[in-house]
Amino acid sequence: MNMEVRQPDRGAKARVGIIDCDIHPKNSVEDLKPYLSNRWWSYLQTYGQRQRHGYVKGFPYPKSQPLASRRDSWPPGGGLPASDLNFMREQHLDLYGIEYGVMNPLSPSGQGDQNDELSAAMAFATNEYQLEGWNKRDPRLKASVVVPYENGELARKEIRRRAGDKRFAHVLFLSRTSELLGKQRYWPIFEAAVEAGFPVGVHVFGSSGRPMSNTGWPSFYIEEITEHSASLAASVTSLIMEGVFERWPELKIVLIEAGFGWIPSLGWRLDQNWKRMKDEVPHLKRAPSEYLRQHFWVSTQPMEETEEPEHLIDIMQWIGWDKIMFASDYPHWDFDDPFTALPPSLSEERRNQIYSGNAKALYRFA
Amino acid sequence: MSAKLHAIDCDVHPTVPNVKALLPYLDDFWRDTVQERGIESLETVTYPPNAPLTSRPDWRGKNSRAATEVTQLAQQVCDRWHAGIAICNCLYGVGLLFSEDMANAFARALNDWVAKEWLDRDPRLRASIVIPTQNTEYAVDEIERCAKDRRFVQIMVLAMQEVPLGRRQFWPIYAAAERHGLPLGIHAGSTYRHSITSLGWPSYYIEDYAAHTQAFQSQVASLVCEGVFAKYPGLKVVLLESGVTWLPGFLWRFAKFWRGVRAEVPWVDRSPAEIVRDHFRLTIQPFDAPAEPDQVERAIDHLRSDGILLYASDFPHWQFDGDQTMPAGIPKALRQKIMVDNPLATYPRLKEEDAR
Repeated sequence: MNMEVRQPDRGAKARVGIIDCDIHPKNSVEDLKPYLSNRWWSYLQTYGQRQRHGYVKGFPYPKSQPLASRRDSWPPGGGLPASDLNFMREQHLDLYGIEYGVMNPLSPSGQGDQNDELSAAMAFATNEYQLEGWNKRDPRLKASVVVPYENGELARKEIRRRAGDKRFAHVLFLSRTSELLGKQRYWPIFEAAVEAGFPVGVHVFGSSGRPMSNTGWPSFYIEEITEHSASLAASVTSLIMEGVFERWPELKIVLIEAGFGWIPSLGWRLDQNWKRMKDEVPHLKRAPSEYLRQHFWVSTQPMEETEEPEHLIDIMQWIGWDKIMFASDYPHWDFDDPFTALPPSLSEERRNQIYSGNAKALYRFA
Repeated sequence: MSAKLHAIDCDVHPTVPNVKALLPYLDDFWRDTVQERGIESLETVTYPPNAPLTSRPDWRGKNSRAATEVTQLAQQVCDRWHAGIAICNCLYGVGLLFSEDMANAFARALNDWVAKEWLDRDPRLRASIVIPTQNTEYAVDEIERCAKDRRFVQIMVLAMQEVPLGRRQFWPIYAAAERHGLPLGIHAGSTYRHSITSLGWPSYYIEDYAAHTQAFQSQVASLVCEGVFAKYPGLKVVLLESGVTWLPGFLWRFAKFWRGVRAEVPWVDRSPAEIVRDHFRLTIQPFDAPAEPDQVERAIDHLRSDGILLYASDFPHWQFDGDQTMPAGIPKALRQKIMVDNPLATYPRLKEEDAR
């Protein structure tokens, strides 16, 4: 399925410069060393990361293939998928005519570590490495402000450090936070993001330390990845119901790699219950679905594959054409090909919005 | 709604007035336990007694409760809304207990209570067998015990369990379900083994209630991925008070991933979307419908099945106003199926002339 290698001549066909809202550059722990204090470097050597799951190396649910990556994404010169800029250019950035790519580093980045100070140190180092190892060499690649999100004050510090730096696109969370995203412990992060003018991206995965579902631990990787939208639905609900958007009307949230087929029905369900239980959340000034419509953006991959093509169009219509942004998830196995991902029936104008216009407007890329 | 249709209401909720009501159905040891240890109530916070959702205001009677009397429930559901049959799903919190033995005793008492105090008093009523999922052997024994009474038409468990329902430890329950022609009903609710969302405890009740959808998704994924339907092809599963409109989006995601990583679950030999349409049914209250009726029709189209929805009022929970048991926008042609044909196809025991 993912053994096919694109031929370079396809790149010429790109309509507009594509903005890819989800690229995963890979760094090693060693790459972070220049930006870590001796204390934390030595700590990592001795104790390693403790990420609210049981394994020293690897994942609680083994992926479907090594590092969940396309088999053709391992650089010919060695190294891990998406660790070699030149090969990434050849295989992705240049091939598809990517105008900008948003880097969302997943691991090792220290996010969600049991130790907040280590998490903060690794977040800082990851951010430095995104600049030095990637953005400096290819300014098309925009960095994420990786934050130690389990500690609001430490995260705020990292955001303030990056405020005003146009090389960063947004503040990054992983979706499996130890508590629901609307809870007050995370408020300093939203406040700092709004002050700095950054949207907040929430990318699926991470480890909350809680069972993967509210009915316990599933057995399979397919369940883990299917679950992500469910936990994110809980966090989206929390952000709305806690009144986060009343407090920070400028706050913009980007849901990354969570799909989007679940969003309209979540809005309908919340509205339905809000009608009868407004008294419980008097701080809400509008119907929940209005906050959903106004404050949330979605990235496309993994794009829902509806059985009837027009059903996907309904969903996009319900979410809003101005809120959907293309993402490839390079170099992961479920990569969406920029040339074929969008439904063929979309008008040129809508394609351009999704491929470029919406992300440009949100991230204010020049 | 036409009186001639004799709808089948697949989800109504008799309220256990207090724990004393169950005493006659407990043996001496457990009766003593209730008294000696001061067990006052097994009501759950899934439905806080005074919360608007728990009972529609105009249905609240004495002590501000609703559905504590057979006559009130039957008048509303059967007489006013023309249900020829209504299935009683008791939500008293026996599934939450930590002692397997205590859970077993209370499940038995609850099933005997509903048979005697409800089914015996109105021939239009049927019920679900509440089983103690805390212990599979006890659960199967309880199914065997109650299944002899043909008025029990379903097995019922709560949506949020200690482990997902597809896990093999539960399979003897599904064998018994298949053997007796009893669908497995999964009803909104939690055993409170985990936080009510997979990311912790929300601040507001409205979030708790919204989170049930997430558990239903996990249970569908688990039952399919573990291979329950490969093993028990006759098993039907009814999602009760689950909401409806979440299903298509969930299936698109689930089926897409299945295409990508199906090697992990080789016994799932066709798209989960097909398996779900063959084996799962959902009750229509709540529906979680879009505001515009023409959009409701679109949302129904996304289900790609006219056999998957079952009529239910969810009485006395407040899901609709007035007599609008059927969400606006459901096409006329589908209503007869939802109200009669689909329930009959789902619950084999409803076709039996004399359920006694």
